[in-house]
Amino acid sequence: MYRYDEIDQRLVDERVRQFRGQTERFLAGKLSEEEFRALRLRNGLYIQRYAPMLRIAIPYGLLSSKQLRKLAFIARKYDRAYGHFSTRQNLQLNWPRLEETPEILAELATVEMHAIQTSGNCVRNITTDHFAGVAADEIVDSFVWCELLRQWSTFHPEFSYLPRKFKIAVNGARQDRAAVGVHDIGVHALKNAAGEIGFKVLVGGGLGRTPMVGQVIREFLPWPHLLTYCDAILRVYNRYGRRDNIHKARIKILVKERGIERFREEVDAEWAHLRDGSATLTQADVERIEARFTRPQYEELPDEKPPEAGPFAAWVRRNVHPHKVCGYAAVTLSLKKTGVPPGDVTSDQMDAIAGLADRYSGGELRVSHEQNLILADVRQRDLRRVWQEARALGLATPNIGLLTNIIACPGGDFCSLANAKSIPVAQAIQERFDDLDYLHDIGELDLNISGCMNACGHHHVGHIGILGVDKHGEEWYQIEIGGAQSPAALGKVIGPAFARAEVPGVIEKLIETYLEHRDSEAERFVDVAQRIGVGPFKEAVYGKADQRSPRHPERALA
Amino acid sequence: MARLIKDRRVIPNAPSPEGEVIRLEPADDPAAVADRLARAARVEVNFPKFSDGRGFSIAWLLRQRYGYKGELRAVGHITRDHLYAMEKCGFDAFELREGEDAQEALAAFSDFSVAYQK
Repeated sequence: MYRYDEIDQRLVDERVRQFRGQTERFLAGKLSEEEFRALRLRNGLYIQRYAPMLRIAIPYGLLSSKQLRKLAFIARKYDRAYGHFSTRQNLQLNWPRLEETPEILAELATVEMHAIQTSGNCVRNITTDHFAGVAADEIVDSFVWCELLRQWSTFHPEFSYLPRKFKIAVNGARQDRAAVGVHDIGVHALKNAAGEIGFKVLVGGGLGRTPMVGQVIREFLPWPHLLTYCDAILRVYNRYGRRDNIHKARIKILVKERGIERFREEVDAEWAHLRDGSATLTQADVERIEARFTRPQYEELPDEKPPEAGPFAAWVRRNVHPHKVCGYAAVTLSLKKTGVPPGDVTSDQMDAIAGLADRYSGGELRVSHEQNLILADVRQRDLRRVWQEARALGLATPNIGLLTNIIACPGGDFCSLANAKSIPVAQAIQERFDDLDYLHDIGELDLNISGCMNACGHHHVGHIGILGVDKHGEEWYQIEIGGAQSPAALGKVIGPAFARAEVPGVIEKLIETYLEHRDSEAERFVDVAQRIGVGPFKEAVYGKADQRSPRHPERALA
Repeated sequence: MARLIKDRRVIPNAPSPEGEVIRLEPADDPAAVADRLARAARVEVNFPKFSDGRGFSIAWLLRQRYGYKGELRAVGHITRDHLYAMEKCGFDAFELREGEDAQEALAAFSDFSVAYQK
């Protein structure tokens, strides 16, 4: 866990005071709607369909049990006793009152938390691998680099009013679990032939209305230059990113319009002035940050034999993950139980989860971008007890990596941007695929749902992606297949959209087609979709071209 | 109501400067005026919209890259909420938007007592 120093604490306290003043000025009519909008958003406060929404930062997804208890308390006192974990590892409250948000921020500051830059046109929460620090394939502990970037980007005076939001992800392991390819900047730690640490830097990735995979701007950036190089990218973007059209304002459009070569030249020309300047990182900087993280004290323990059969074994197979230390494991608490909106937890569950973290995982948790919670340092000999307790809490659905581990945005039930609802679609699919044996047989499958093309549910990188669209005031759902987080790939639309009731049946047809075509159980849905293309899936769903109804070409399936 | 702040003080009536006043719009490149900076009485950077942050980079470049030492004034849609970051980027004068009270706005310079950026 990162522990605040005096400067960290003072900044969040002063931010609370600043935001309290801004809210008072707005309520007194001294700030216009538009002015206050730009200010409240950078404190995570949206005005939503039915009420404001407050997005609380969980930097790089790392959370202490004490903080989770505070979140439970806040949700109970200021909201409706539940919260929603988002795909950016943050927590959203859906029903706070505008006038009370300064109070909520003050409560958060008492446990070293805040809502700084969780929205608005600035650098957002830095995200990373939820197995950072415990993964066996680790190159660097990405938390340290995330924290360096967090400090660099927090209240950065020059980059507080960017053309659009800016998302950075850091991956510190060999396998990319942070989806760096779909971020404005993605950095991937590497070790060169001389054993030196550096970063491969990608730029211009992102989802939303115009999804793009990031391009490599630098193959190997030695670590001392991480911040000055980001300064150079941000300055080029701040000056030249488009501000005339909100839909063309992300850095990906600038990179695309310039072309990566020209964009790289501009960044390098800027960097030439900044390189080796005062923002260059030193070993002492890195060690100072490293020293502020608490580390678990591991015992010397043997690896336990995994269970062979039964429900406990099924849970271990899906929800327990390898750990770099012998005798330990990481556990995912599934927030994807059928009937519960993906990522939602009640205050009572939060308190109970905090208790689990205290008893079994050093009082620490992580939020995954798949909207689940992770206990990262569990003794293998405690696994059965953790399973029993998690099951009693409804948090042990053995579906991690499977079809029902659905990633979904809050959608039209809450969000004022949404074209369509997400949560009922997720629920209908989970209900259709409630047979665990069948789910396991289907194997690994990421299913993502977004209620609009802003793509908060990351549907472009789902193996199956569902997008809510509006057609003449009605909710329809477009389906794409073949997307992936890593290596990043964007899904392809299979054809015209469907009514909500049709979606589970379409998913079933896609799965049947996959099962017919797979070489072996090892070949996942996404592998098949990428190998054989959209054609066979399309045919299974819509029928052959000559069988489609000429009168309702868009609704051949209905 | 006085709307001009210079060196953290409210200036009631701005005296007209001797020498050239250079005015830069968000899309302007400060490099284009670099050779005129030494003789300028003042450089103004316009912020036509509350949320257009290009002027922050322009200020930084004027100070750090082109060595401008004179008055650097932010004009346009400026409220107290911008002052702290603008000063960090090198502005020392601010013409606030209509309706902003300059005297009250002075408090914004101490919004934060510390910063992460070196």
